[in-house]
This record gives sequence, structure tokens and C-alpha cells, in this order.
Amino acid sequence: MSEAETQYAAYDSKIEGNIIFTKTDAAINWMRKNSLWPMPMGLACCAIELMGTGASRFDISRFGAEVMRFSPRQADVMIVAGTVTYKMALAVKRVWDQMPEPKWCIAMGACASSGGMYRSYAVLQGIDNLIPVDVYVSGCPPRPEALLEGLMKLQDKIEKSESSVAHFRKEEPDAAEVTAHP
Amino acid sequence: MSAASISSLQDKFGDSILSTVEFRGEHTAIVEKAKAKEIFQFCRDELGFDYLIDVSSLDNMGEDPRWEMVYELYALSNGGKNHLRIKFKFPEGEKVDSVSDLWPTAGWHEREVYDMMGIEFEGLADHRRILMWEGYPFFPLRKDFPLAGRPSEMPDVAFTDRAPLEGGPFVTSATSASTVHREPRSRDMK
Repeated sequence: MSEAETQYAAYDSKIEGNIIFTKTDAAINWMRKNSLWPMPMGLACCAIELMGTGASRFDISRFGAEVMRFSPRQADVMIVAGTVTYKMALAVKRVWDQMPEPKWCIAMGACASSGGMYRSYAVLQGIDNLIPVDVYVSGCPPRPEALLEGLMKLQDKIEKSESSVAHFRKEEPDAAEVTAHP
Repeated sequence: MSAASISSLQDKFGDSILSTVEFRGEHTAIVEKAKAKEIFQFCRDELGFDYLIDVSSLDNMGEDPRWEMVYELYALSNGGKNHLRIKFKFPEGEKVDSVSDLWPTAGWHEREVYDMMGIEFEGLADHRRILMWEGYPFFPLRKDFPLAGRPSEMPDVAFTDRAPLEGGPFVTSATSASTVHREPRSRDMK
């Protein structure tokens, strides 16, 4: 191919340099991790720190997670902030079940992670008894920095997560066979 | 004054006032359960105790009678220190007359007593649990209820399980040493 032909084949010179080549999966994961919409499941004093994290001093929007959604159907990540009593537990589970996939969960603070100081007849001993937890944040309550650290850990996890294409392939074995063709 | 209230109670009800206690200016009257409702009526209408601060209950397990009710009365309108505590004991299986018709605020207090202790009230209009859910089979503040709780199952409402206590309740130790020594640790329960 001559030099003249190569130049002719190049992309429109006006947008040349503004194009990034990547894999679909990497792009999707990148978009997901930078636009996490939290479901603020504030149940106790941790919720105050969660609000602090959302407010101007700590500003969770620097990490793309400022769109607190009070409807589970619009949320990506449930932040369980506080003591989960048995009376509340099934309500938390029900909210979780209404969140669309893919979804993640952050157990914020000692109570949500393990029951904390409430070794009691009334308190669920960790929300992981009911729903799968991705990140545990220690503290009683954790400082906003700790929650942000947890959020960044979750972003790392999402970045490395398996591609959505592979996820759907698993559900359709026929499609997997076709693409696995050498 | 509370001392005057005590003496007018004694004049009116005589032997039904079993004993009285004074501690730092606060007066307590231990009364007969059968006369309790009349006494409350008298306290409200004649002595001016228009405010019921609290209703609580005690579980004297191993003693007879086992249960004890405690009522904290206060007179807002008379001014001054007008506090009066009324107690009575009663054995297992008896119901208590509700005072929610005298002081409407008693409704929630009595529901809490029922929820935590299992004491039932005669004449309480809304006799439901208030903290735990309907269908929870235990009364958690009774002395024979373990601190860690008991497993229970109420489908689609709630479940409970035993909390891990690592051999004993978590207890704080009073010490002048660092917070590491002071913070709650599990202790063997005897």
C-alpha cells in the first residue's frame, strides 16, 4: 500500500486523535464503575456519615456515585449503613431483590458487617446472612474517607469483573458453542 | 407536695397502701393490686397527677409473686416537685387493669410492657406488640430469656437466630489503663 493510499484510508482527520480503541468489556466496566448510583439504606448512625460523604466536604460525586436513588429500581449499589434488626432485615432483602442486575453491596460499619456491638436477640448478625456483600467497611461509624476507600475498592472490583458478554453467554449455552468455534 | 399526696392516699385507702418509701424527696407507694385502679383514678382526679411519665415492669424471677408494675406519675399543673411512684406486685397468670382510659399515653407503655415481658392488660384497646412483630413467640426481657436470643421463624415477616457471644456477654471493664483494656470483651457467664 502506497503512502497516498494509507492517508486516504485514515479516519476523518477532524476527529483523528480523539478516538480510543478498547474492548467493549473494558469500556462497559469503566462506565459502570464511574457511574454507580447508590441505594442509601441508612438504618442508624452510619447513615449520618453516609450523608457526610455525600455532602460538599467529602463529595462522593468525585467518584461518580452522587446520584442517591431512593428507588431500588434505579440503583446499582446498596450501601447498608447501620444496624439491621430482624424486623428490618426482610425489608432490606426485598429492596435488594428489586434492584436490577448488575448490582453490588457495600456493608458500611460494624453493625451491617457483623452485628457489631449488638449481640442481641433483635439484631441480624451481619447483612451477609441475607444478601451477598462485595465490600465491608470497618468502623463504628466509619469516617467518610473510609466509605470512599470502600467505594474505590468496589470500583477496582468492577473494573476487573467478568465481561457482560461472557455473562450472557453462560445463560445461552448454544451461543457459547458457536463463538467457541476455532 | 408528694408527702401530702402520700398521706391523703393513706387516709383514703388505709390498708391498701401496703408501704411507702421516701428517697431523696421522691415518694413511692406500694399498693394492693386489687385497689390499684381506684388509686390511680384518685391520683388523677383528686391529687392532680395529670401526667403519666412512664409505665414499666419488673421480673423478680425466683420470687413469689414474680411480676411487678411501676407507674411514674407527675403533676404538671400544681407546680413544684410533684412526683409519685406507685408499685404493685402480682403472681403469674394474672392480668393488670389498663390505665389507658385515665392517661391515653399509657397505651404505648403498656404495649411495650406486653411486648417485652408478656404481661397482659385488661381494657387495653390496642393490645398488639410494639417493638417486635406479631407472631414473635418470645418475651425477650424476661429473666429466663437468654441474652443471645432464640431462633424463630415467621415466614415473609421475620426470622431470628442466636447471636454469637463467644462464651459470655461482652462486658466493659473499669480500669485506668488504655482503651484497649477497657473495651468490651466476652466474659464467662455463670
